[in-house]
Amino acid sequence: MGHPEAAARFVADDARAHWHDQALWFVRLKRDRQAHGLPEWEELRSCAAQIKAHTVSRLPQYLEEFERNATAAGAVVHWARDAEEHNRIVHRILSERGVTRLVKSKSMLTEECDLNPYLEARGIEVVDTDLGERIVQLAGEKPSHIVLPAIHKKKEEIGVLFHEHLGTQEGASDPTYLTEAARGHLRERFLAAQAGLTGVNFAIAETGGVVVCTNEGNADMGTSLPPIHIACMGVEKLIPRLADLGVFTRLLARSATGQPATTYTSHFHGPMKGGELHVVVVDNGRSALLAAEAHRRALSCIRCGACMNTCPVFRRSGGYSYGAVIPGPIGSILSPARDPARHASLPFASTLCGSCSDVCPVRIDLHSQLLAWRGELAEKRLVPAGKRLAMKAASLVFRHPALYALGGRVGRFLLRHLPRALLYGRWNAWGRQRELPPAPARSFRELYDGRDDG
Amino acid sequence: MDSKRAILEALRRTDLPPAPLPPYPAPVRFADPERQFAESLLSVGGRYLRAADAAQLASQLAAVEPFARAGRMVSLVPGVGRSDLDLSAISDPHQLEGLDFAVLPGAFGVAENGAVWVEGASLPLRALFVVPQHLALVVPAGAVVQTMQDAYERIAFRGAGFGVFVSGPSKTADIEQSLVIGAHGARSCTVAILG
Ligand code: SF4
Repeated sequence: MGHPEAAARFVADDARAHWHDQALWFVRLKRDRQAHGLPEWEELRSCAAQIKAHTVSRLPQYLEEFERNATAAGAVVHWARDAEEHNRIVHRILSERGVTRLVKSKSMLTEECDLNPYLEARGIEVVDTDLGERIVQLAGEKPSHIVLPAIHKKKEEIGVLFHEHLGTQEGASDPTYLTEAARGHLRERFLAAQAGLTGVNFAIAETGGVVVCTNEGNADMGTSLPPIHIACMGVEKLIPRLADLGVFTRLLARSATGQPATTYTSHFHGPMKGGELHVVVVDNGRSALLAAEAHRRALSCIRCGACMNTCPVFRRSGGYSYGAVIPGPIGSILSPARDPARHASLPFASTLCGSCSDVCPVRIDLHSQLLAWRGELAEKRLVPAGKRLAMKAASLVFRHPALYALGGRVGRFLLRHLPRALLYGRWNAWGRQRELPPAPARSFRELYDGRDDG
Repeated sequence: MDSKRAILEALRRTDLPPAPLPPYPAPVRFADPERQFAESLLSVGGRYLRAADAAQLASQLAAVEPFARAGRMVSLVPGVGRSDLDLSAISDPHQLEGLDFAVLPGAFGVAENGAVWVEGASLPLRALFVVPQHLALVVPAGAVVQTMQDAYERIAFRGAGFGVFVSGPSKTADIEQSLVIGAHGARSCTVAILG
């Protein structure tokens, strides 16, 4: 199923689609308030973009430096070429130590690798501890947004879910009550866990440390109670110096949720006393992305989610409509790089308005990349015939002014005179939820030619 | 070939001209960083106290409800609060469960976001900043920096070590974007500037 079909399901529930749209727009506005409060905001974005570009230009060097320093601090660094190897490594670490209860904080990488089912099939209980992730885990779903995993769910649905799994009162849906219930339920899991797994927001080459940011404190519970900490990171999480965090921590939370900082920004160098720290460094397609000149900059992404919150298509079509682990504008660039045939509809799930590029804290040229993908997919013949034909026709019309003028006249005539049944027939996808604009009496060109210069 | 070499080789196949590292932007300067710190802290759900000495702080804390109500607490700040648990006798962090309140030293505060830098080396058990139900961080007067850029100039890691910025109480908005304070970590976060 492509994006348009999946999105049609989401918009079928009009009230929910509107709620989703508003909720994300609210986050976007909070982000704006934080961004506008800092006079150096735009400079920070440029600086972050350049630090990332620099790092990406010498990834092997920084990876080796990171490994050296992380090892010196007492961590064990593992390398995984792909998802399968990543899962095997994590499982080996756990099974060799007899771990059967793992608590996990948010990590999009482990979603990408499908780690949970892999471990569960081998007898390890995995508990996602970010509240949003726990909600979707209990519901048997996947996150629909990288920062707000359960943004597609209404509190009443969560109430039903918690009643069934956590024994909350039937019909209760107050967020404070439900969060308190989850706190109690997850605290038991934290206390019983034998190991904790986290993602990584930043890995520092200079010091060999990894940094994890959360608001809930779930990563901190999961890494300070059980003695074993496994941190999983893509190769692109590196930054050269500790001081670079001064730039990235100022951007991340402001862009993600409109807070001046995440509640907890934790820096791990080596294990805690008597414990173990394992860092799993994963490629899984990232070296291929590095080789793709047009899309290399996507490796700079710090997974803040701002491009999703601002995207008019994401807000109105929901995260699931993208059929990918990472949805939204950045996902629509990353997914076709993995599997162009399967994700061919995603670069078209955009109005190319450029709002994503405007908010991106590391200045990824998201909308230009989406446009570039369209061309590449057309070349690969992965665009449906109808769309290809329409693009050809449009190209012909735009290249011939006389044809364009004729088209305009015919269009205006038809808009005025065709019966409604025909005008809003099956062919008119645009008109399904909207009214077509009234036909103007004269075209812009006619108005311009007849203007009074006086 | 082992995976490390395979990954590094795959990355090296793309030979990029080195992009230069940029200078950091000049960060904003607040006229009164301590006041800005107090404002930022309130905005992230924290509570702000200002005390001249430990005795004054102790009496201010007595008026803080979760502190006054706390059944079991620990304090790592001399003269402030009490310790119902002998931390030097504990090696298992699970024994911290059930603590109502912890008073911990903070190294410095950050004006722009109300965060306090807590050094792992100052905690006998790492879990102390997140497992107790309520938290107070005590920061010496004069130790408030302007922004995170300034903060990282004061931090160094040589070899092993843990450190965390704590900005307000633990929170979540994962249910319909309604903010709920007290997700997994501290349900309240009081920061006191002392001295
Ligand atoms: S592409 Fe930019 S805006 Fe989107 S998630 Fe990544 S860093 Fe954030």
